Amino acid sequence: MFHLVLVNLGRNPLRTLLTLASVTLALFLFCALSGVLDTLQESIKVGSETRLVTRNKVSLIFPMPKSYMQRLQAVDGVKRVAISNWFGGSDPANPRDFFAQFAVDENYIPIYSSDVDIVEWSQLPAGVPAPAGVDPKLAVFETEQTACVVGIKLMEKRGWKLGQQVTVRGTIYPGDWTFTIRGVYKAKKKSFDESSLLFHFSYLEQKGMGGSGQVGIYVLQLADPSRASAVASAIDGMFQTSAPSTRTESEQAFQAGFVSMYGNLPFVLRLVGLAIVFSILLIAANTMMVSMRERTSEFAVLKTLGFTDGAVFGMVVAEAAVITVGGGTIGALAAKFGIEKSGFNMLGFLPSMTVYWSTVFVGIGIALVIGAVSGLIPALQASRLRIVDALRRVE
Amino acid sequence: MAWVEVREVHKQYQREKQAITVLDGLSLQIEEGEFVALMGPSGSGKTTLLNLIGGIDSPTSGDISVAGTNIARLSGAELARWRSNTIGYIFQLYNLMPVLTALQNVELPLLLHKMNGAERRKRATFALELVGLGDRLGHYPRQLSGGQEQRVAIARALVSDPKVLLADEPTGDLDRKSGEEVLQLLERLNTEFKKTIVMVTHDPHAAERAHRLVHLDKGVLSA
Repeated sequence: MFHLVLVNLGRNPLRTLLTLASVTLALFLFCALSGVLDTLQESIKVGSETRLVTRNKVSLIFPMPKSYMQRLQAVDGVKRVAISNWFGGSDPANPRDFFAQFAVDENYIPIYSSDVDIVEWSQLPAGVPAPAGVDPKLAVFETEQTACVVGIKLMEKRGWKLGQQVTVRGTIYPGDWTFTIRGVYKAKKKSFDESSLLFHFSYLEQKGMGGSGQVGIYVLQLADPSRASAVASAIDGMFQTSAPSTRTESEQAFQAGFVSMYGNLPFVLRLVGLAIVFSILLIAANTMMVSMRERTSEFAVLKTLGFTDGAVFGMVVAEAAVITVGGGTIGALAAKFGIEKSGFNMLGFLPSMTVYWSTVFVGIGIALVIGAVSGLIPALQASRLRIVDALRRVE
Repeated sequence: MAWVEVREVHKQYQREKQAITVLDGLSLQIEEGEFVALMGPSGSGKTTLLNLIGGIDSPTSGDISVAGTNIARLSGAELARWRSNTIGYIFQLYNLMPVLTALQNVELPLLLHKMNGAERRKRATFALELVGLGDRLGHYPRQLSGGQEQRVAIARALVSDPKVLLADEPTGDLDRKSGEEVLQLLERLNTEFKKTIVMVTHDPHAAERAHRLVHLDKGVLSA
């Protein structure tokens, strides 16, 4: 019986192919849009529950004094404090191809040693010892003021090599900034961004801030992660009467707050996705109706031969389902593998775009529902067809 | 009891608010193995009677028994199953599936029977050989002449070994030579295979092949 379904789909190959392609495209778009939400969700996972982030209480965009560093370091339970400052520059040769740059201090990369590996690094000249307490892989980076460490995906994308000089044009901190690549990092987790450039905060402070001593955020490594909540309260309590006061939260909560800055974007994306799905439902339903109308006499003949109403109903629904589930599966899998393989990064500082398997399965499920719904009315019409009426209409 | 028994059958159609009587208390008996031709002017009710006997239409009142089953009392699904086991239907316009080969068209009714693919193909091939189209198994309807298409349709009607063959003007769309071949085939199915055949026709020449002529006029049997 299924053979009959396939044969019927092949009777107008162009129409079947076009419908299949429209469903494929729609489900690709749906999964790609959902992939944006997945990527935002994934970016929250980057944050650790055991690391804290201290920022200006008013807003992330306002800095804090560098003098807070010592006071944070002195808080009971804090093992290490690092500085991170958003740079916001762009490649003068290709300003639209954005990637993130952060000015960080010497504590920053060691705090993330459980999340990233330094996979390529410049060697110190023979006989020169690494500075005490510094990872030998980062020795050149730490000793050279204009050095930078770059994520492996950014390296591959730009075709950069270790030791190469790269120029970034500052927007917040004006001027052309030239850095020498002295290290390449690779994430141990898929969710961790591999497309950023990290350079010395001291360089930014000296060249870009005129020694003003302002810091974007502080990242705190804890001695006892189970005390994260108590430590956060203690820090915010300590700066309660200071100007500015602080807001300290887990890194994960910080990332979630960052994502929430996109406001209604997730809602709009869902809405657009559903609109695409609905429009494709109408196209599929129309195709099935036309196909059914063309075969009225054939359904009558099948019923005359003894095919039941249920069998005819099943055949029409199966035809719709094969087109929509086939197209939907192709579209959803193309979104999953195509987007992930491309390493596309939406904003430069989020992880590379990802499409969850759950999104793929939801896409295929939606395709199945589209098939059932678009096939329902034509299938009901075909199954309720009175043989004599249908034959009389033809003859 | 007769093989086909039509008792006091009335059939009315509703057109807008007007009831149109097509069969008016018609009774008819056909014995097993008979070849009956139904004749009459257009609108006399011949095709309606054929459809009622074939269970693809239902009477407004009265009873119809075919091979011992009172089909007026069967549900839609029961009637479909009954048709697949009991009736072979031959249409004037052949009504083959254009996307299926001759063999696949003949296999269609067998999809409703418990049978594997090999057995299905064997029986369909036999039926096509019986109608003289053993060398046209892989041909699509568009590659066949009208007469050949009708013979494929006959093979499809008889492949499930039905108890009654119903033919609605089977030569109406054919030239004289092809029509003659189809009539010879029906005659052979009746004489050699003992099939009970009820054929609607306008053609007196075709009707001569039947054992018995039944004339209808305005929904009743006429002399």
